[in-house]
Amino acid sequence: MPEKKKKKKKHDHSTVNSVLIRRPIQKCFPLFIVPTLACFVIGFVWPFLQGIYLSFCNFNTPRDAKWVGFQNYAKTFTDVGFRHAFWNTAAFAVVSIILINVLAFFIAYALTQSIRGANLFRTVFFMPNLIGGVVLGYIWSMIFDAILKGYNTYLTANATYGFWGLVILVAWQQIGYMMIIYIAGLQAVPGDMLEAAKIDGATGWQTLTKVIIPNVMPSITICTFLTLTNSFKLFDQNLALTGGAPSVMLENTKVNMTELLALNIFSTYNINKNYHGVAQSKAVIFFILVAVLALAQQKATRSKEVQQ
Amino acid sequence: MKKKHVQKYTPLGNVVTGIFVVLSLVWIMPIFEVVINSFKSNASINTNAFSLPTAESFVGWANYIKGMTFGNYPFMKSVGYSFWITIASVFLILLFTSMTAWYIARVNSKFANAFYYLCLFSMIVPFQMVMFTLTFTADNLKLNTPWTIPIVYLGFGAGLAIFMFVGFVKGLPLEIEEAASIDGCGPVRTYFNVVLPMLKPTLISVGILETMWVWNDYLLPYLVLDRTKYMTIPIHVQYLKGSYGSVDLGATMAVIMLSMLPIIIFYLALQKHIIKGVAAGAVKG
Repeated sequence: MPEKKKKKKKHDHSTVNSVLIRRPIQKCFPLFIVPTLACFVIGFVWPFLQGIYLSFCNFNTPRDAKWVGFQNYAKTFTDVGFRHAFWNTAAFAVVSIILINVLAFFIAYALTQSIRGANLFRTVFFMPNLIGGVVLGYIWSMIFDAILKGYNTYLTANATYGFWGLVILVAWQQIGYMMIIYIAGLQAVPGDMLEAAKIDGATGWQTLTKVIIPNVMPSITICTFLTLTNSFKLFDQNLALTGGAPSVMLENTKVNMTELLALNIFSTYNINKNYHGVAQSKAVIFFILVAVLALAQQKATRSKEVQQ
Repeated sequence: MKKKHVQKYTPLGNVVTGIFVVLSLVWIMPIFEVVINSFKSNASINTNAFSLPTAESFVGWANYIKGMTFGNYPFMKSVGYSFWITIASVFLILLFTSMTAWYIARVNSKFANAFYYLCLFSMIVPFQMVMFTLTFTADNLKLNTPWTIPIVYLGFGAGLAIFMFVGFVKGLPLEIEEAASIDGCGPVRTYFNVVLPMLKPTLISVGILETMWVWNDYLLPYLVLDRTKYMTIPIHVQYLKGSYGSVDLGATMAVIMLSMLPIIIFYLALQKHIIKGVAAGAVKG
């Protein structure tokens, strides 16, 4: 996530403020900080640190953890299933980022032109977003199976169906969300700039590519960021739609063909207790991957934004 | 989202409207599918999932009645737990993270800043990184019941909420709080009587984002809760899919319909706030 530049501290150093506000609040440390901090340690800090430690261990529960060094990581890097899930996730991310952003942008663009019923359409497109991933997966597996039945086949028969099925599902779910962000961005394009473009005789296409898109670059940054991290972290939809099926034998290991990374970590953990450490090391690699991608993406698109 | 100019409808605009009408119908088709199938007999769903119910295939509320006890776990129990967990967790998150955010923004000490950066960091950590160890921790601390799981949600959800609140509090004028302090308000009263009311827009945005997350969350409660005793709606649905779904599609469709209903009502009632909240959350994120 982007760190906002700290606002200029106007008052902070004035003694008045310090006496009136800062010190009295500091005295209330137990009430204002302790409950949140305690839960944050329980819910995030401790599991995170323990997670790093356990990725170097063989364990069933943390109590019986035995240090094994980089063994789990070695297993992860040679795991065919994990490698498959990685390329699958990468392909899925590329396809869904392009599809979702292009469609969401054009829908938003059309809805910000004066057309009848724009608000109603916006309501409809956004709706799938509120439905949980598991429920969405179930609905779409029913629909895909009903369609594929006409061709005497079914969704989990072929990894290609599963892949594109997931793309359709996620596009259906997320286009509305991204559309909202693009609408906000489009409405912030300065009106005088559009007028100037019109007076200078710019065509619609020129206005779009030379005026509008550079101005909505912040929205594009946010949306590509969100679609990128969403696709990498996708779990519920993947589990509920195909659950990774079908599986085939590759290099003597069972590989779930439609599995994405998050689901692969989960199913590795559930093989048996000898795989707990491997699953945790996969989780650490997964975290590093998501973090690096998120930061790299931020850097890449932020640099293209117009300074206002 | 008001437009500045008077709207003018052009012929091209009408064509676009036409396209959007069709697109919208396609968009709600999956939800419509669930509605019609929840009133049809199993045989009819199996042979033609897309047909409207006919006199023959229409079964009235039978699927809904069956869905209530389907899968040996009363559906309403899952609904109850989902409601409770969502409301309690979102309440806890809003109350405590906004307090913490105020402290962070106003005290501005090394400790407060360190905590703030840790929150930012937690936002890029995927759940998979902590899920196994979080399960152990929750078990050890007996946080594995619906009554205690809101604590886990507060812990894992604190990052985004604190980030959004801190951003907002920093923009609030200090003078009001100073005035309250001069008038003799202690920090607790200042917070609840002066700061909290000013936080309302962000409370709504954060509340909506957290509600959407907790209500739809599958993995966290699945891992943390004792599943033989407690289920939430997403767990219930996934459980049905795994075992009973292929047996009785009609009843499952009824369950799916019921699980979507609260969120659709929530959406239609609070649409304006939800869309604003999403836009605000995204811009900050």
